[in-house]
Amino acid sequence: MDSPHFQTNLLPRPDAGWLFRMAWRDSRRSRQRLLLFMSAIVLGIAALVAINSFGDNLAQSIDDQARELLGADLVLSTNDPKKEKLFYPLLKKVTPTTSQTINGLNVVDSPYEYTNEISFASMVSFPKNQGVRLAQVKNLTLGVSNFGSQNSYPYYGEWQIVPQSAEKLWRDQLQKRPKPYYALVDDALMVQFGAQVGDSVQVGGVSYKIIGRVLKTPGQSTVTTTVAPTVFLPFVAEDLLQRGSRVSYKYYFRFTDGTDVEKIIKQVGPKLEKEGINYDTVAGRKKQTGRAFGDLTKFLSLVAFVALLLGCVGVASAVQLYVKEKIASVAILRTLGASGRQAFLIYLIQTAIMGFLGAAIGALVGSAIQLILPRIFSNFLPVTVETSLSFPAILGGLGTGLLISVLFSLLPLLAIRNVSPLRAIRNSYEDDLSGRDPLRWLVYLLVIAFMVGFAYLQTQNLMLAIGFTGGLLLAFGILTALGLGLIWLVRRFFPASWSYVWRQSLANLYRPNNQTLILVTSIGLGAFLIATLYLTQGLLLGQVELSASGKQPNMVLFDIQNEQLGGVKKLVAEQKLPVLQQVPVVTMRLSDINGKTDHVNRNDTTARPPKWAFTREYRVTYRDTLISSEKLVSGKAPYQADGAVYISVEKPFFDRMHLKLGDTLNFNVQGAPIQTIVGGTRDVEWNRVQTNFLVVFPSGVLEQAPQFHVLMTRVPNNQVSAQLQRGLVSQFPNVSAIDLGLILKTVDEILGQISFVIQFMALFSILTGLLVLASSVVISKFQRLRESVLLRTLGASREQILSITVLEYGLLGLLAALSGIVLSIAGTWGLAQFVFEVPYKPAVLPLVVVASLVTVMTILIGVFNSREVLSRPPLDVLRAEV
Amino acid sequence: MSILRVENLTKTYTSGGRELTVLHGVNFTLEPGDTFAIVGPSGSGKTTLLGLCAGLDRASSGSVYLNDIRLDTLNEDQRAAIRNQYVGFIFQNFQLLPTLTALENVMVPLELRGEKGAAKTAQALLDRVGLGQRGHHYPTQLSGGEQQRVSLARAFANRPKLLFADEPTGNLDADTSATVVDLLFELNREAGTTLVLVTHDMELASRTQRIIRIKGGTVVTDTKERKSERVEE
Repeated sequence: MDSPHFQTNLLPRPDAGWLFRMAWRDSRRSRQRLLLFMSAIVLGIAALVAINSFGDNLAQSIDDQARELLGADLVLSTNDPKKEKLFYPLLKKVTPTTSQTINGLNVVDSPYEYTNEISFASMVSFPKNQGVRLAQVKNLTLGVSNFGSQNSYPYYGEWQIVPQSAEKLWRDQLQKRPKPYYALVDDALMVQFGAQVGDSVQVGGVSYKIIGRVLKTPGQSTVTTTVAPTVFLPFVAEDLLQRGSRVSYKYYFRFTDGTDVEKIIKQVGPKLEKEGINYDTVAGRKKQTGRAFGDLTKFLSLVAFVALLLGCVGVASAVQLYVKEKIASVAILRTLGASGRQAFLIYLIQTAIMGFLGAAIGALVGSAIQLILPRIFSNFLPVTVETSLSFPAILGGLGTGLLISVLFSLLPLLAIRNVSPLRAIRNSYEDDLSGRDPLRWLVYLLVIAFMVGFAYLQTQNLMLAIGFTGGLLLAFGILTALGLGLIWLVRRFFPASWSYVWRQSLANLYRPNNQTLILVTSIGLGAFLIATLYLTQGLLLGQVELSASGKQPNMVLFDIQNEQLGGVKKLVAEQKLPVLQQVPVVTMRLSDINGKTDHVNRNDTTARPPKWAFTREYRVTYRDTLISSEKLVSGKAPYQADGAVYISVEKPFFDRMHLKLGDTLNFNVQGAPIQTIVGGTRDVEWNRVQTNFLVVFPSGVLEQAPQFHVLMTRVPNNQVSAQLQRGLVSQFPNVSAIDLGLILKTVDEILGQISFVIQFMALFSILTGLLVLASSVVISKFQRLRESVLLRTLGASREQILSITVLEYGLLGLLAALSGIVLSIAGTWGLAQFVFEVPYKPAVLPLVVVASLVTVMTILIGVFNSREVLSRPPLDVLRAEV
Repeated sequence: MSILRVENLTKTYTSGGRELTVLHGVNFTLEPGDTFAIVGPSGSGKTTLLGLCAGLDRASSGSVYLNDIRLDTLNEDQRAAIRNQYVGFIFQNFQLLPTLTALENVMVPLELRGEKGAAKTAQALLDRVGLGQRGHHYPTQLSGGEQQRVSLARAFANRPKLLFADEPTGNLDADTSATVVDLLFELNREAGTTLVLVTHDMELASRTQRIIRIKGGTVVTDTKERKSERVEE
């Protein structure tokens, strides 16, 4: 007989409230454990909320302080001081005129004022201790005003000077011109030479009295001053500004309040560009700075996302263990009539609530962490960041935490749907969960879609998002493979003759429910991040150090004028130093390509050269051969034939410019037009200490053009280097010297600052790894307890159990650290081999430190969580557990 | 109308590539209110038969009709609904949900039906099994006998037409067993439920109206005729 009258959907079913009640009841005795494994996502969410809040606050601060970033309403810059006379007629036409009474006179004029800044690189010396180095020199003059104002740069923002009174002195001297002139010097430079306020500094043979140290200039970060520390002067000797020197002229404009600078620029912008004058407005600077720091926070949020994903892997593995424990309960519920879906929902609700709680705690912690982020990033930031709660970041964190914990729990939770009620009457029944659930492919797909989607939301770049996800899956894949490989090795070469304690702890690495894989992946990834950081830093420093070794030049003298060349060579010879290379440099601009000018090219949509091609200054040398750092790619080395000038162009530059061999480039060599033809391309090794050029002319063309020379030598030590530099400063004040030792030091300092930021972010991954470790130890504690109690019952001493625990976690920690380090060595080897093209020798010591720290932390956490097994009587422990 | 009808029931497992038949063509029919025992040595197929009758598992061939509903055409979730509607269970190891209190354990079958007043009904049942004061205790806080009494209360909570008891005294000492068994038969009589008992305890089995003995998956004796004799007595 069939059963036509039975329809399950006619039966009364419990409402959603019952599912929540059951989830609540069922969690009662495992809430601590649930909270612990959900804590794995706390740090990831905290990092994410902190970075995103910081990003929001930073964007807001950049918005609020945009004028301070620029220090003015508009900045015009050019290499030609003669252009200054164009400003007045240009701006007069477009600025609204005002009428005001100044000194009893009615003045009707365009209401703006500006300060002129001349900046160039020059040797500066501190006579007190004979310190000499290349620095950025900025000559700031008295503000020029159309309406009698006597202000000068910076018009907006604070110039942080110690003592504060120095700023007034500085402004006063611009009018009174006392002697000796006063100078303001960047703190970094003062510290380097132990100089004090009141000492003197010499630039170009003129002595200046230091009246204050500059801690911060509007719109500049500390890192900028590390690379190019600045000396601010009110006046400089003309000989420092000789033709050929790389001098740039900037004009800081301030308009009266309410002036629409963007509108002005819209009108005069094209004319300024045509004259080779660059402009920078508040809106432009805001956009540019916002974009740069937007990229930084996006990158950091991806690092935070890695920590979050690590936590999720932890959640997934913890939920898997949790589900295993709950299978018996699910089977009972099934016999009582609960459907698979109901049972599944009960546990899904539990993990979702825990995920939400974890995310909420994470959002709280993250909002607290963001308060210290501005301090951590202070060296990089051009603005003062005001911290406040960012609700978009907090809501985003809550949503992400909830979504991610549900998504990553789904895989183990799916099994609940298939639990058979037969388990209630048969302990050994396992057939229900032996098959592979096809829905898991959907979950995998969802996880990958989420990762790509999240990365895309953070970066707004699909390729980057796919690349990031792919890279991360690859790293996870490799770590998983390493973990599996290590398990296999321990199993394959199991030391059967070793003591019981060793055998037991080694066996714990591969027995059922082991934690090897999850810990190798999570802690391994953290160790990988930290180790890679150290290795890359070593690699970059090593690269610079490499150039400092052997017979490579390590000092570059430049801005040598034609008439100074003989004298400088003599000076070098007097110090018994070799002239390793001497190169003439001519500066020029590009006026057209194949007869098409800048303007025409921009209207032509097919393969047009970039905008900067026509605005940048080209520094060009001339010779007929290629040098050791160059390799011919196509055509020939520079040559002349039938009166035509065939130049050689660097290959990547050639590509960016969309050039072809045979194209005609017309240059403007400081007033004189020269027509050239692209005759060949070459690859250049930029990382060598050489003078390298994008464009090389053949000899016989530029010899009579205004030019300066670059000379390279090798100094054996700092003493000789200082002697040579002192000689240069006194005899040839305009000639600059770059000491490779100084570059090495600067690179080291910058890397030190960057690595602190990255270490801070990697810390989240490491801590998450340790939390995952702690939670998986707790989750698997019951199983461990049974075994330990059994061992204790069979006569194992407390010491033996402790040794097994220490060894097991020690091995796990070591395996995890080694996996991370192996991956890191492989990664940095790839960088060394294919990107930097340098020989690779990883620094062993930091790696040993990382491995030891990770191992010790793992042991401590393992033992701490197992302390109950060691300290309480076995039966007590068993009774207390459910 | 019969409450349980088993027709030519066969169950075969594949183990290590070999086919193993644990039940061979079993047939019987139970009327409402019957008490019935399945006895046999370990491994004879008793529990397999109980699992099939209660819709916990599917037969390889043959059919089970529970309240005239053919179980082998239903999927697992439909069978779960049938269990909730018509069936109660008592297990050897009690199978209480460890994270729920005694009262909540008894409430589950009622709540699953979406019934109102589950707590009140469950409390009355706990009172009936003598554990009215222990409703807020967790299973680990109860003795074995007490746990089995909670289990009894839960089994009767949904007023089942059919009660399956799998070795209900297997984990209890003799005194406790006697109390639990008395309670089981009392409740059964009060509710008019059909009882299916799986046991290897002949004394317990003898309290039922009908006993089938299984050996090697086959019914070797069925005391169906005894029922009429005893009724006549």
